[in-house]
Parts: sequence; structure tokens; C-alpha cells
Amino acid sequence: MALPVAAVEAAAIDWEIPEQQVGLWQDAWVRFRRNRLAVLGAGLVLFLVLVALLSPLLVHFGLLADPIKQHVESIETGPGVNGHAFGTDILGRDTLARLMIGSEVSLTVGLLVQGIIFPIGLAIGLAAGYFGGRVDNLLMRFTDIWYAFPDLLFVLVVVSVWRLTGPWYVQLIPIFGAIALVNWVGLARLVRGQVLSIKEKEFVEAARSSGTPPLKLILKHLLPNSLGPIIVTLTFGIPNAIFLEAVLSFLGVGIQPPQPTWGQMVLDGYEAIYANPSGVVFPALAIGFTLLAFSFIGDGLRDALDPRMRR
Amino acid sequence: MAVIAGRPKRGALLPKRVTAVTDSRLGSLGVFVIRRILWMIPVVFFVIVITFILMHNAAGSPWDKAGGRQLSQVVVDNLNKKYGLDKPVFEQFLLYLWNVLHFDFGLSYQYQGKSVVTLIGEGWPYTATIGTLAFLLIVPVGIGLGVLAALRQNTRVDYATMGFATLAASFPNFVIGALMVVLFSVLTYKWTGGNFFLPAGGWGIDDHLIMPVITLSLLPIAYTARLTRASTLETIRQDYIRTAWAKGLPERLVVIRHVLKNSLIPVVTTLGPTFAFLVTGSVIVETVFSIPGIGRAFVVAVTSRDYPMILGTTVLFSIVIATANLIVDVLYVFIDPRVRLT
Repeated sequence: MALPVAAVEAAAIDWEIPEQQVGLWQDAWVRFRRNRLAVLGAGLVLFLVLVALLSPLLVHFGLLADPIKQHVESIETGPGVNGHAFGTDILGRDTLARLMIGSEVSLTVGLLVQGIIFPIGLAIGLAAGYFGGRVDNLLMRFTDIWYAFPDLLFVLVVVSVWRLTGPWYVQLIPIFGAIALVNWVGLARLVRGQVLSIKEKEFVEAARSSGTPPLKLILKHLLPNSLGPIIVTLTFGIPNAIFLEAVLSFLGVGIQPPQPTWGQMVLDGYEAIYANPSGVVFPALAIGFTLLAFSFIGDGLRDALDPRMRR
Repeated sequence: MAVIAGRPKRGALLPKRVTAVTDSRLGSLGVFVIRRILWMIPVVFFVIVITFILMHNAAGSPWDKAGGRQLSQVVVDNLNKKYGLDKPVFEQFLLYLWNVLHFDFGLSYQYQGKSVVTLIGEGWPYTATIGTLAFLLIVPVGIGLGVLAALRQNTRVDYATMGFATLAASFPNFVIGALMVVLFSVLTYKWTGGNFFLPAGGWGIDDHLIMPVITLSLLPIAYTARLTRASTLETIRQDYIRTAWAKGLPERLVVIRHVLKNSLIPVVTTLGPTFAFLVTGSVIVETVFSIPGIGRAFVVAVTSRDYPMILGTTVLFSIVIATANLIVDVLYVFIDPRVRLT
């Protein structure tokens, strides 16, 4: 017997309806905004993105010194001398301009590497978690071996044999490849774990028993429900990638001059550290605070997206 | 277990089985350790295969000079012959494996007439000294800070400790090293007129060690402190801790006898990653402070494409880390009787 709709509507029961429905993502956003450090980090990253996008324009219009031009009249000067707000380096190049232009390398590495890792780790993790069996076994054995070896050493070995010449974004390709190669394993393992636990939940069971095809099941149920931890892992991967690129540059096997990068600037500044300590301090702080900003964002996202952390 | 009907015969399995049950943990521990040791073999083998393949598909040859006159073809051929590079790749690989089994990693391309084993032997004391000192600093400081922060949760002590840990975990160690050099070598030298400062680099069993060891240990300290804090927080919520307080034990005893003992079990697992941190850290710290250890030698080998040296150090590093992980796993089984041996 069907209830007449009108009768239900007519019975004006005062249901307790919350003022507004809050979904998971909206709730996460509210929680993220409440985390002051995370907002600070997000602000800093936004500022850096603006700097990276705008500084080539500023150089083009002459508002910012050319990062490659050598000012022979002021070599290794401290901040504020001869109109160089942050001083100059050992070749007389403007430190502020080099810092601002150098941000594009760090940000590109940090953000794009995650774009490479995401599809690879996701696909393999989903396959291993959902289908299990041989794919799963292979992945797990592989990760065991992979975890026994530190990222930095592997990236160094790869970069020592595979280098490309050309503009900085071409030189970045081997570095991208090396970092992605060491990082997709962690993501795949995480996705696998998520899928394994969600696969047993009742709603997946219900969907499966009502005849949902596997692909739809993965895309509609497994993927959206494991997205939170995936986003957090990818966010924490950003500072890691930036760190690896900076270390490569610092060790002299990263992006080659003339393109300035922060790691390379620390290395250059190191050669004349007694004459001009600020040449080391500025790029070092730029790297440190960028990494700090990303890890604040990561912490904020984890607190916002992980329901088990709720207090 | 099959049920044996009737009176057991002489030498039946029954008594043996009883002792077997009581000894089972020790016995399966033996099997576990052997399995873990055997597992190291494919790990190290895989590392060798990967690095070997990478090295031999590298563009250019190790005899390429950076600009200027190149070596003549005759010289290159002779060098290739000397270092066995004229043989087929598969044969080279088998030869290399065979040599590795005999602790022979070949001759360095970079330093004429020196073997990789000699070079590693020369660098080893420096790296081991810094690593050991850092390890001795990491364990007490990391655990101490973590326990302190947990016992004073949500106070200024907690916030200060965790703030420090976040900073130390985010700032890369070459940045920390460079900033420390600026602060403690360059600026203090200028301010005190050369009276009180730390040396910016070089080697010596004295104040030369202070900055490298601190730089190397900051990241693992932060990592250990965070994990100890989380694990201690979990422990002090347990019923047996409430019982310990309730029976009137003084704080010192509650902390040492009950909290520490139980919260340190998961902390043991961080010792594995700590070794990995120390190995990768040595690469950076030895470069920053110009210490002639293995890490520095690895960087030099990478920049000059000294393939035997890269292969040798990589294999050595992977053996060190795999051994550290093995020890941690076995230690864990000993400390925590709840761990299942699989």
C-alpha cells in the first residue's frame, strides 16, 4: 500500500532539520579554514605561485633586475648596496631577481611530479587492491625492496646517468622521472590499503550484489571514498619533491646554470660565505619556508579529511 | 595433529611435541630470522641489477672529458679493455656479481690505481664516527623530547617541542647546515673577533664534530620525538597506568616502570628509518662540512660518473640499511611478545 504523498506533506511534523546540510568536502573546507597554520601555509604558497608567474613579466618590463646579468661594479655585496635589495652573488648577479625567478623551478617540480605520480600510483594501487592475486603480490614484494633503499640515493644514481641539456624545463625531465619513479610506490601502497578496507564495507557489498559492473564500482564507490588520504599523501609529496630537486642542485647535479634555482644559489653562496653570508641565508630560508608552508597545508588537510582524527 | 589411539609406542611423538609447544616461539624466531636474512639477498640483488642497468645505459662514456681535448680512440679502447668494458653486458654483469661475492668492487675510474674497496675503507671511519655520534644523540634526545611533550600535553612545553620538531622535519639538512655555518662560524667569528666560533668544515675529533653531528641528527630527532609523543599519549590513557597512579606510585616510577616500558615498543620501529636517514644525511652533511667520508665520495663519484664507485657505494648502502632493518625487526620480536611471527 502506497502512502498518499499529499497526506505526508499535510501532516506538518516539525522534523529537526539542520539549518544547512554539510557534506564531507564542505565540512573539510570549514575545518581546514579553522586551522590557522594551514591557512598561513596556503597563503604563502599562493604568494609563491604569484611570484613565480609574475617575475618573468617584471624582468621583461625592467621592474626587476635580469637574474643573469652580471653587475661588475657590485660583486658579493650585502643587502641594499648599489640598489640591490638582497645583495648580489659571486658573479655580481642580483639575488632578489634570482630568488624570484628560481621559485618557478621549485614549484614546477613540487606540483608537476604529483601529477605524474597520481595516475600511476592510483591505477596500480586500485588494481592491486581490487583484483588482488598476482598483481597484488608483485606490488607488495616490489615495495618491500623499494623501501629498503632511500629516495635520495636512487635519484642521485638516476641523475648521474641520465641528463638532458637545454632550457631548465627540459633538464627537469630526468629529475621528474627519478622522483616519480621513487614516489609512486608509496601512493600505490596507500591506495591498495584503502581499497582493501573499503571493499569489505556494506555499501560496496550492496552495490556489488545489485549488479554494478567492476569499473563503475571502482570509479563510483572505491575511488571517491579513498580520495581523502590520497590527497593528503600527494600534498606531503610536494615538499619531498622540492627537497629532492634542491638537494640535487646543491650537490651540483641538478639544473645547470644560467637558470637560477634555490639549491644552486645556496651552493654558490657557500663559496663566498665569509664575504657575504646573506647570499646563503636568503635562498636557504626560501627553501625552508616553502617546505614548511607545504607541510602546514598537509597537516591541515590531514586533520580536515581524516575522520578518525576528529576531536 | 593426529590423535594416536591406544598406548603410545616407545619413542612416540607425544613428549617431544610438548617440549615443541613450549619452545615454539624460540624455534619460529629462528626460522623468522633466517627467513629475514634470506630476504636480504633478493633486496641487494635487485639494487645491484637496477644500478647496473642504469649505469650501462648511460649516455656518454666515463672517459668523456668535460670540454677540451678528448682521448683518442686507441686510448679509449685500451681503457675499456682494462676495465672490462669491451665484454658483452651480460658477461660484465655476471663477472661483477662474482666479484661482489668476493668483496671486490673493481677499480675506480676517478682515482687511478685505487680500488673501490680501498676508497670506501678510507672514507669509512669518518662516516662511521659521525653516524655513531648522531645515533647516540638521536635516541635519548628524541625519546626524551617525545615523552616530555606527551606528559605535558597541551602546555607550552608540548607546543615548543612539537614546533621544534615540525621545523626540524621541514627544513632540509643542507639548509640547516648552511644556516648554522652562517650563525656559528661566520657571524660569531665576526662578532667575537675570532675568539668563539665553530669551524665551518674540515675534520678533527674536537669542535669540528659539533655542527655536522647536530645537522645529521635533527631530522631523525624530530621524527623520533613525534612518534614517541604519539605512542606515549596512547599509553597514558591505558587502565594499567590509572592503576599505577591509584596505588600511589610516585610520578618517576609510573613514568619509568609503566609508561616508558610500554610506549617505547613502537619507537623501536623508527630505528630502521633512522639508519636510512643517517645514510642519506651523510651524503649531504659531508658535502656541507667537507668531510672526506663515504657520502662525500658518493657525491664525487656521481658528478664524475665513476661507475664502479657508484655501484660499490650503492651496494654498501643497501646492505647497511637492509641489515639495520633486519636487526630492528628481530629486536621488535624480542621486545614485544605480542608480535606475530610471519
